[in-house]
Amino acid sequence: MSGAIAMQWSAGGDGAARFESKAATRESPVVKWLIVGVSLTFFAVFLLMPLVAVLVEALRKGWETYVTALIDPDALSAVKLTLIAAAIALPLNLVFGVAAAWAIAKFEFRGKHFLITLIDLPFSVSPVIAGLIYVLVFGAQGWLGPWLSEHDIKVIFAVPGIVLATVFVTFPFVARELIPLMEAQGKEEEEAAVVLGANGWQTFWHVTLPNIKWGLMYGVILTNARAMGEFGAVSVVSGHIRGETNTLPLHVEILYNEYQFAAAFAVASLLAMLALVTLGIKTWVEHRAAAAHNEKQDDAS
Amino acid sequence: MSAPARSFRVLPGFRLTLGYTLAYLSLIVLVPLAAVFLKTFTLTFDQFWAVVSAPRVVASYKLSFGMSLLAAAINAVFGLMLAWALVRYSFPGKKLIDALVDLPFALPTAVAGIALTALYAKNGWIGQLLEPLGIQVAFKPLGVLVALVFIGLPFVVRTVQPILEDLDTELEEAAASLGAQRWQIFRHVILPVLLPALLTGFALAFARAVGEYGSVIFIAGNIPMVSEITPLMIITKLEQYDYTGATAIAVVMLLFSFTLLLVINGLQAWTAKRTGRNR
Repeated sequence: MSGAIAMQWSAGGDGAARFESKAATRESPVVKWLIVGVSLTFFAVFLLMPLVAVLVEALRKGWETYVTALIDPDALSAVKLTLIAAAIALPLNLVFGVAAAWAIAKFEFRGKHFLITLIDLPFSVSPVIAGLIYVLVFGAQGWLGPWLSEHDIKVIFAVPGIVLATVFVTFPFVARELIPLMEAQGKEEEEAAVVLGANGWQTFWHVTLPNIKWGLMYGVILTNARAMGEFGAVSVVSGHIRGETNTLPLHVEILYNEYQFAAAFAVASLLAMLALVTLGIKTWVEHRAAAAHNEKQDDAS
Repeated sequence: MSAPARSFRVLPGFRLTLGYTLAYLSLIVLVPLAAVFLKTFTLTFDQFWAVVSAPRVVASYKLSFGMSLLAAAINAVFGLMLAWALVRYSFPGKKLIDALVDLPFALPTAVAGIALTALYAKNGWIGQLLEPLGIQVAFKPLGVLVALVFIGLPFVVRTVQPILEDLDTELEEAAASLGAQRWQIFRHVILPVLLPALLTGFALAFARAVGEYGSVIFIAGNIPMVSEITPLMIITKLEQYDYTGATAIAVVMLLFSFTLLLVINGLQAWTAKRTGRNR
């Protein structure tokens, strides 16, 4: 199952003119504005209002409460843990994504489609189950539980468990983005480089990487957003120890359940801004990728 | 990996990258997932069945699957309209809206959960409008529906949008020149091409909704037999240190997810066939 967020290579330019310029492919103005009106109302109610609500609720008790909530030691330690989890999960899944895409896109082998399906699995597993599986392996009653406690290693209800859960939920993003991209680009350029005497690493670094850099960046942004925002999976393995095993989304939950709404929304607003920055960079990358794609096609023709 | 294929291989790194892929995949995903199934085998079938068919758990299936289906259906209708508007019409603010459609992917689910709860609570912006009408959303099953609509919308829009963009106008022009009405053209020319993508978007939104946790638990109220979703049942069992119970319910959800995954793969193959697009 794709995450349904594959990059839109055809982006750029307003294609609507193509349809609106001809009588055969346009609707009457009444129908047009009815569709635009209904869909935008739906968009505003379901998507825009929650976003605005976060920012308004965060500032409901004024700037002072807002800032106090953010510089609270527990909030700061949650920020730190969130950054640590993302900083570990991101490079791991980046290396995996590139390796998987290289093997799948540049070579033919049996079972390829099955492998792609397996890589997609984490997308179709409930986040709660993503947490549960690590509890079953590393928890006190899990497979490795007795061995881990003998050696005084804590995975569940500790930072390693949070990192593992984060790695799991962000597992497919980079691979998912790179596989179709590298398949579409074929392997002629790489083969030419190798024939001319480049070694594997040089070929990847100088030939493949420039071709996939936008797709790679796209995967990295999505991975990062999900890593920093994951709630369900992390919640199962965290143990919710304040100041120790709380990530930002978990800190939001704790504050909210303690009826500290303004503080909860203040911390949530940080995550909402992260989401907006993510969407901003994502749009920019799509724009650049489309431009690079068109340039390459112009060169070819 | 047959011998003749290898002799044609010019590029290096096949064994290394495939080996690493398989090892990492097994370590992070496959082995831990297998743990769920192995753990279930410690139960007899009767024990397993007693857990997964307990009335409170069955009530959670009804809520989770029912509301997920309904949310996916709502998203199929409005997502199609939104995708249509974004592709076919120009209107002010379109680029911004196009970028914001992905908000549910980017916004952490816990944030969405508390924001929706604030909106739909009795004194919230939307809740106070619905209150006089006798409609309560927050802390009711309807709240679950609202949260699932929120997280599912981009799946439909982003699956349908590229197909709409690639649509050739010639068929529509031909139909129009033959005297077809606009609605007939949509019904008989456009919709058949869109249908596989629309169903894929529907299935993706449905699959995501069934497993969703973060955005739902705040607004659902989590009342046993009334507004408890199935993922919450797993959490509840875990909090009671009932690991086998949690695992049994997880197996039911996983089997369902894997079935849906096969359906979605089939739908995507159908989309590719209908439209000549790859994936």
